[in-house]
Amino acid sequence: MQVPAPFEYERATSVDQAIGLLERLGSSARLVAGGHSLLPMMKLRLANFDYLIDINPLHAELGYIRLTGDEVRIGALTRHRELLESDELAAAFPIFRDAERVIADPVVRNRGTLGGSLCQADPSEDLSAVCTTLDASCVIRGPGGSERVVTMEEFHVGPYETAVGDDEMLTEIRLPLRPGGGSAYEKVERRAGDWAVVSAGAAVWLTADGTIADARVGLAAVGPNTTGIPELSAALRGREPAEDLYEQAGAIAARSCDPATDQRGSADYKRHLADELTRRTLRTAVARARS
Amino acid sequence: MTTVEEPKTTTFDDNDQKPVGFGRMLRKEDPRLLRGRGRFTDDVQLPGMLHLAILRSPFAHARVVSVDTSAAEAAPGVKAVVTGETLKGLGLAWMPTLSNDVQAVLATDKVRFQGQEVAFVVAEDRYAARDALELIDVEYEVLDPVIDVRQALAPDAPLIRDDLEGKADNHCFDWETGDADETEAVFARADVVVQQDIVYPRVHPAPMETCGAVADFDAVEGKLKLWSTTQAPHAHRTLYAIVAGLPEHKIQVIAPDIGGGFGNKVPIYPGYVCAIVGSIVTGKPVKWMEDRSENLISTGFARDYIMRGEIAATRDGKILGIRTNVLADHGAFNGTAAPVKYPAGFFGVFTGSYDIEAAYCKMTAVYTNKAPGGVAYACSFRITEAVYLVERIVDCLAAELDMDPAELRLKNFIQPDQFPYTTKTGWVYDSGNYEPTMRLAMDIAGYADLRREQEEKRARGELMGIGISFFTEAVGAGPRKNMDILGLGMADGCELRVHPTGKAVVRLSVKTQGQGHETTFAQIVAEEIGIPPADIEVVHGDTDQTPFGLGTYGSRSTPVSGAAAALVARKVRDKAQLIASAMLEVTVADLDWVKGSFQVKGDPAKAVTIQQIAMRAHGAGDLPEGVEGGLEAQICYNPSNLTYPHGAYICVVDIDPGTAQVKVRRFIAVDDCGTRINPMIIEGQIHGGLTDGVGMALMEMISFDEDGNCLGASLMDYLIPTALEVPDWETGYTVTPSPHHPIGAKGVGESATVGSPPAIVNAVVDALKPYGVRHADMPLTPSRVWDAMRGRATPPI
Repeated sequence: MQVPAPFEYERATSVDQAIGLLERLGSSARLVAGGHSLLPMMKLRLANFDYLIDINPLHAELGYIRLTGDEVRIGALTRHRELLESDELAAAFPIFRDAERVIADPVVRNRGTLGGSLCQADPSEDLSAVCTTLDASCVIRGPGGSERVVTMEEFHVGPYETAVGDDEMLTEIRLPLRPGGGSAYEKVERRAGDWAVVSAGAAVWLTADGTIADARVGLAAVGPNTTGIPELSAALRGREPAEDLYEQAGAIAARSCDPATDQRGSADYKRHLADELTRRTLRTAVARARS
Repeated sequence: MTTVEEPKTTTFDDNDQKPVGFGRMLRKEDPRLLRGRGRFTDDVQLPGMLHLAILRSPFAHARVVSVDTSAAEAAPGVKAVVTGETLKGLGLAWMPTLSNDVQAVLATDKVRFQGQEVAFVVAEDRYAARDALELIDVEYEVLDPVIDVRQALAPDAPLIRDDLEGKADNHCFDWETGDADETEAVFARADVVVQQDIVYPRVHPAPMETCGAVADFDAVEGKLKLWSTTQAPHAHRTLYAIVAGLPEHKIQVIAPDIGGGFGNKVPIYPGYVCAIVGSIVTGKPVKWMEDRSENLISTGFARDYIMRGEIAATRDGKILGIRTNVLADHGAFNGTAAPVKYPAGFFGVFTGSYDIEAAYCKMTAVYTNKAPGGVAYACSFRITEAVYLVERIVDCLAAELDMDPAELRLKNFIQPDQFPYTTKTGWVYDSGNYEPTMRLAMDIAGYADLRREQEEKRARGELMGIGISFFTEAVGAGPRKNMDILGLGMADGCELRVHPTGKAVVRLSVKTQGQGHETTFAQIVAEEIGIPPADIEVVHGDTDQTPFGLGTYGSRSTPVSGAAAALVARKVRDKAQLIASAMLEVTVADLDWVKGSFQVKGDPAKAVTIQQIAMRAHGAGDLPEGVEGGLEAQICYNPSNLTYPHGAYICVVDIDPGTAQVKVRRFIAVDDCGTRINPMIIEGQIHGGLTDGVGMALMEMISFDEDGNCLGASLMDYLIPTALEVPDWETGYTVTPSPHHPIGAKGVGESATVGSPPAIVNAVVDALKPYGVRHADMPLTPSRVWDAMRGRATPPI
């Protein structure tokens, strides 16, 4: 049995109370949501915090999926399982269900949360790629009820590093809803439940005449963080969906990423997957947008 | 005699036929295990028990300059801190390995692999012990490590084992088998010679339960009780007596329920010795349970053979000779668990199932700065490596000759009338009938249809592969004339006692780690004396309660202890017959044994049951002259030879040409393990072993970076397969009983682990034929398959 170093533990009673604790305790404290990344790191003593603030009691407040007229709002404590099972979300953004089906295993999905996944900021994190693909914005709450909204690009500062300050909490993810949309996600892994060797998400929005109004691709595990690929979006906009266009997009994806060789695969292979999976997900996303 | 039976689909609806003897029945141990009532080492709780944690080296190779334990000793809850220097004072800093080498219990001079034991803390709880480890201040002088096994014998390689007197290099041992000159002559006149470098990477058994122990030394009685995760409790007890100087009758080793072994729990690990020392030093019971990372980085690994295979044949596909050169990585200490005269285990069976004219193997084993071990993971003492080599190289030959791999194998099999068959490396295969097994596998697979499907798919650019492996195992070590472990002969004791009411207890020297001994051995005894398995208690794992024997590994339990159980039951039956003759007032010769009772010949109504005989044996009234009271017997069985199970495996894979991901679509396993005792248990063993095979072929590998950091230190980094990576197994069987085993059984625990990796790799290579691929090394991860598709297949190390 691996055992963590000593720490104090407190259950949060409200978002503001949790932020108050963070304000007081600073970087020696950490929020714990699903805990599936944090607790193993603490047991291996790779992460040591003096205080853990358990925000699971806030699930009633921060666990939700709400469709408004022009966006989907998802509470940061919404669990993987809730994302997987939501038909409303799957209808708006099928990419979520695609991704959730290949994230870890049911035990992890029962506990792990959207906010926790984004805040972990692991370069291989699937939901970061999904949110990048969907051009999400992140609502960060701070002391005194202050709130700021940042883009995914702003949210991810580096590997395992986010824009959320020591006395702040990610509370909500907002995804813009646009007409004519379709999305998809594909992941190559060495084994079910493993981190991605590479994964890709794609979203397209078609105009009434079938040309591409906008398109976005988000890649995981091929760089320090998932980022959008502006060159790729620009190349697709206004074009007719076709195989040679997907090929062009795949090539852009491959040269825009910066993978490293590790036990999951060589950099060359990962670059190839960025290309292959970009093409595959665009193809599916377009088919879904049309249907 | 061989009987070929129709394959039966695996069915779960009739697994509890409650046979009095052989047949399907649910496992007697499962209600306990499934209800959470199993008792594993970590479940042992004793009054006043303390907890031990081990400080391990962060470096692969470093000199230990100093160890300061003062802060740890002052930490709350800490009862003792012990270093290598402390053990040196007790003469316990080093201990013998199972291969006549020595291994440090706690480092005194140097650390020689990452994760090596340096010091330990005994404290009031697990947390206090672990926290105190952080307070031990060790000063290391880091040395260059030897990580690349190919560089271990380079003249300028750092010297690892400077503890061994006169040792000037990293050479561990040389070994050869077969006839070099004869083989050279055969190769010189062959039409075709194919050579292939083949790596079997380092893998780890990764049992669900890690290793651990609870030591309880009673200073007044002078008795040590040790609960530990051991596959060989008796052998361990004797070794503790020798190492620690404790009298053997004052040591009780208890292996409680064990959560998987696969060879990982054969060696004695430093942690066990530390727990014993911890209990002696503190006067309290001490528990040590390693965590997952400790298990993966420091305990017995498996494989790590770099092999060059060569095969010689005629143009029309008659195999003439096989030759191999092996470089074996034994890690920092030679901790191989194998019979002493077999430093390479049973690798000598690399000639496989084929009748050939000559064979030769030359092996060099070296030390590196990696964890010790060397034989583990259900490998039947290195037969896994041997079967992988021969089945891979035979496929290379088939590719070279442009011959169907099934046809090539069928053409070269040892024929039924050649058994007992002596191989060119001196192994005497007891029995076998290979062609029907192979044909049955091909029938179940629909081999010809699969090849047609493959042709169609290739025309469309799809990648489908069909891989075959045919293996012969050598299990049941072994005859004591040439097999021992540290001088302990590999014979097994067994005791059977029938109680007055006709219930019985059988005491085994072997110990289950999940194989189902409590059921299989009850069935063996039931078959012989007709007492239902439910009425037979199987006692095992406790050295104070069971006769001496060498333990469970190398698929030896049924071949050795299974024979002992059958023979001891026959001894009891013979005695029962004497008592029955008195009860029925006829001569012994006038009695027929009808399972469960003796009947008077020609008058079946006149009969006594084994239960009636048991009561009479213990009851009032005289017994026949010369017959003692009671109904019990004991035996020690020394096998006359190994047993040689065989099997034919066919694997079908599909590969995504875009991502290079391998999907195992079908796997057909036809096994011949001789007499089948409980088909359900056999199928379970096969399913588990096949899953192991998928793991090794596609994802498992313990690798290191250039500094010697282990890169497989967690189950997120060292992948083992899940149900999602494996197909529905299709199993079948043939029965070729062993002629020298009392019930004809051959052992099956490791067959599937041994036989499946080459079938999967052969299937992947077959699928990649359009790319001109002839070989690709395990693990065949998507990235490595993609490299192979681009003509860039590289060894994994």
